[in-house]
Amino acid sequence: MTTFLGMPTTAPRGVGNLRGDEPFPAAARKALGNAQLRRNLGHATTTIRAKSGAVIGELPDWQELRTAGSALKADTMARLPELLVQLEEKVTAAGGVVHWAADANEANRIVTELVQATGHDRVIKVKSMATQEIGLNEALEAAGIEPVETDLAELIVQLGHDKPSHILVPAIHRNRAEIREIFLREMPGVDPALTDEPVILAGAARRYLRETFLSTKVAVSGANFAIAETGTLAVLESEGNGRMCLTLPETLITVMGIEKLVPTWQDLEVFLQLLPRASTGERMNPYTSMWTGVTPGDGPQNFHLVLLDNGRSAVLADEVGRQALHCIRCSACLNVCPVYERTGGHAYGSVYPGPIGAVLSPQLTGVEDNASLPYASSLCGACFDACPVKIDIPSILVHLRNEVPHPRAEQAVMASAAYTMDHPKLYAAAQHAAKLSRFSGRRLPPPFNGWTASRDLPEPPPETFRDWWAKR
Amino acid sequence: MRIALFVTCLADTMFPAAAKATVRLLERLGHEVVFPAGQTCCGQMHINTGYQKDALPLVRRHVRTFAPYDVVVAPSGSCVGSVRHQHAMVARAAGDEGLAARAEDVAGRTYELSELLVDVLGVEDVGAYYPHRVTYHPTCHSLRMIRVGDKPQRLLRHVRGLELVELPAAEQCCGFGGTFALKNADTSTAMLADKMRHVLGTGAEVCTAGDSSCLMHIGGGLSRLDAGVRTVHLAEILAATEAA
Amino acid sequence: MSSKDLMLGRIRAALGDTAPPAGIPRDYRGDRVADLDLLVHRLEDYRAVVHRGVPIAETVAALAPAPLVVPPGIDPAWLPDGVKVLPDEGLSADTLAVAGGVLTAATVAVAETGTIVLDGSPDQGRRIISLLPDLHICVVRADQVVASVPEALTRLDPGRPLTWISGPSATSDIELNRVEGVHGPRRLHVILTEALS
Repeated sequence: MTTFLGMPTTAPRGVGNLRGDEPFPAAARKALGNAQLRRNLGHATTTIRAKSGAVIGELPDWQELRTAGSALKADTMARLPELLVQLEEKVTAAGGVVHWAADANEANRIVTELVQATGHDRVIKVKSMATQEIGLNEALEAAGIEPVETDLAELIVQLGHDKPSHILVPAIHRNRAEIREIFLREMPGVDPALTDEPVILAGAARRYLRETFLSTKVAVSGANFAIAETGTLAVLESEGNGRMCLTLPETLITVMGIEKLVPTWQDLEVFLQLLPRASTGERMNPYTSMWTGVTPGDGPQNFHLVLLDNGRSAVLADEVGRQALHCIRCSACLNVCPVYERTGGHAYGSVYPGPIGAVLSPQLTGVEDNASLPYASSLCGACFDACPVKIDIPSILVHLRNEVPHPRAEQAVMASAAYTMDHPKLYAAAQHAAKLSRFSGRRLPPPFNGWTASRDLPEPPPETFRDWWAKR
Repeated sequence: MRIALFVTCLADTMFPAAAKATVRLLERLGHEVVFPAGQTCCGQMHINTGYQKDALPLVRRHVRTFAPYDVVVAPSGSCVGSVRHQHAMVARAAGDEGLAARAEDVAGRTYELSELLVDVLGVEDVGAYYPHRVTYHPTCHSLRMIRVGDKPQRLLRHVRGLELVELPAAEQCCGFGGTFALKNADTSTAMLADKMRHVLGTGAEVCTAGDSSCLMHIGGGLSRLDAGVRTVHLAEILAATEAA
Repeated sequence: MSSKDLMLGRIRAALGDTAPPAGIPRDYRGDRVADLDLLVHRLEDYRAVVHRGVPIAETVAALAPAPLVVPPGIDPAWLPDGVKVLPDEGLSADTLAVAGGVLTAATVAVAETGTIVLDGSPDQGRRIISLLPDLHICVVRADQVVASVPEALTRLDPGRPLTWISGPSATSDIELNRVEGVHGPRRLHVILTEALS
């Protein structure tokens, strides 16, 4: 195959957090055995499903909003080159500096050099999937720069030397008692009388980060939306840590996947109604910050925007799979997924877990690097119904299963089954052979032992339907 | 009405009782049932496991077999879902637009059993008698792929002697998912455990659904536990009468 | 080749001859009349305290924040006697962090979501002043209230720094339940007044 520079390219290996250490079934097996994890996930996802369902039910035009959101994203993707150039022009005209990063390594280098140029060695961060994806924290630490995560859940993960397990609430796998333990163990200066009441835990995070907010001169953020028409960036958050990062420092560096674009200012009317209700189950999240370049006398006076590809162009090249780029990172699909609810996010290996992760991660890395993820779904379809921009995740999963390298033995079985089923006489003979083998009972050989580990097979019937029909 | 039965390979081979019940029920309601002999499998297992190319001849066979019939019925939401949402896709992916168009045509005339009864035949009381405490599991593909809604429950509510009890968290997947149950057996089992807990909590003696595949899964788990709850296909309940 | 050219080339190659959709179906609601009662309900539902049809200065005085930070363009009639006022003329973060409260106007309020929006106008000030003090008192006029998000966007200038506020600082990060009181102001009071005549 000839390659040329302009060919869509997947995310490079050896950097970032898109690939797990083991296949999904093996990682899931460990998670399933963790009773505390199962309880925490069950409780949290049940809570958020109820909250989200209630506020979505308040909008009589929810389906119309979903339809508009889906079309807007399709439009954005089809016009991505012109919209990106337009965004760059608008941000530049408003006093910002735009950088283009083809992959994780380039983005990490750009951000590290920007921080180094300020002369500071600490950055405050507002939760960002893109910077987790590229492993920015690891890159900054390697350069002697301390990244401080300021989102409460990210802080819990960082202090607990843990990994995020959810797009919206990275510490969803921890309950209040575990969070209290982590704070008591790892948070300098914490009140030893700390209780596990959520409001007390939130207060502890407030006190712990206050001085850091007031004294840190550089911030790194992601972006929920970027408006091509105006050059405006938007960050939706709850706690006010985002406002701190976007307002207090002298320098702000925003890292954004190229798919986060929205064509026009008014188009936000769709996404600002969809995202909070689908994600935290709120009519509106407590704080949304929007800024366009630099505002003299208000907020950071140096603004850098890093536009990240890192495999997105490869996703875009797949006509079926490209709608995974429509994702607005609400995590509704995680919250309704029966697989995610039981395994949690770590089993997926990538920073993007759950149904959307199962279609996004393999496409960003190339399916061979995440070959088990397209199968990490029973195709129940709950994710498609929950998605606020109507991404047909089950269809993408099925599509990607065709691209995955298949085990040789499985290929042979499938080919022979298809051949048999295309020949009715062979098919009828196979039905009788199955019956004669008395394939029933409690234990079967591989690969069917997965079935009989926990379920019986039915007794084969005395005759098939077609035999019965033939005798009528 | 002359109705072609798309029996599905699973019902044909493992659960003929559901298929025979479908025939008995429709004949009792005064319709003629025919069984096109060339049918085998719709190819869903191949398609959902990533063997779309292997499924192409099965799609072609299915379309050829059922093209001559005005109305096709299957006792499976999942197989009807595959016919409706996947056959044309498989044909298009193979560049066969003619087949895709014929597949869409057949799909438009193919119904899941509860759809056929309520939407096409306009009947909710099929004259059945089934004196048991029953809970209904809406299978994922019935619910979210072909959207049968509450048609199965409407049919069940008209069955004399039947006590219908609501299944908690009914809309959650039982964990079958075709080859998912083999490739991710542990996760599938964890999902099944919750489904069984909910079924047992209803105190029902029978768990019913419109798909033999999901019932095989739930029933296999219940059997392993010797839980004393049976799984019975919706068609078998609707076909039961005082006489039978 | 620059990274910009490389990326744009890759995206164009990926898209091929993909055409955008023929149009965006916008069948959702818009152009509706605001319901002030709904705004009050939604603000209170997310733990903001609403004062309606009351004298502004007296209400501010009763909350007794000292010192009270105000933006440079604040309406002097809103300021109570006897409360120490700190006009923002470039106050430091450390000073703001220990202030008793901040009083601002707003640009727009959204009834359906219980949201107020500040845009950095002289009566709303720099973003930092409504962030660091623990109490935010915000005066909203009835004619600034719109029904929902679409109407709000048409009234806002994207060129200005915008802060959308829906209740006090909160988090859902512990077991996905909302609890108030993290980094932003832990108390939000909204004074809803008559429209400008």
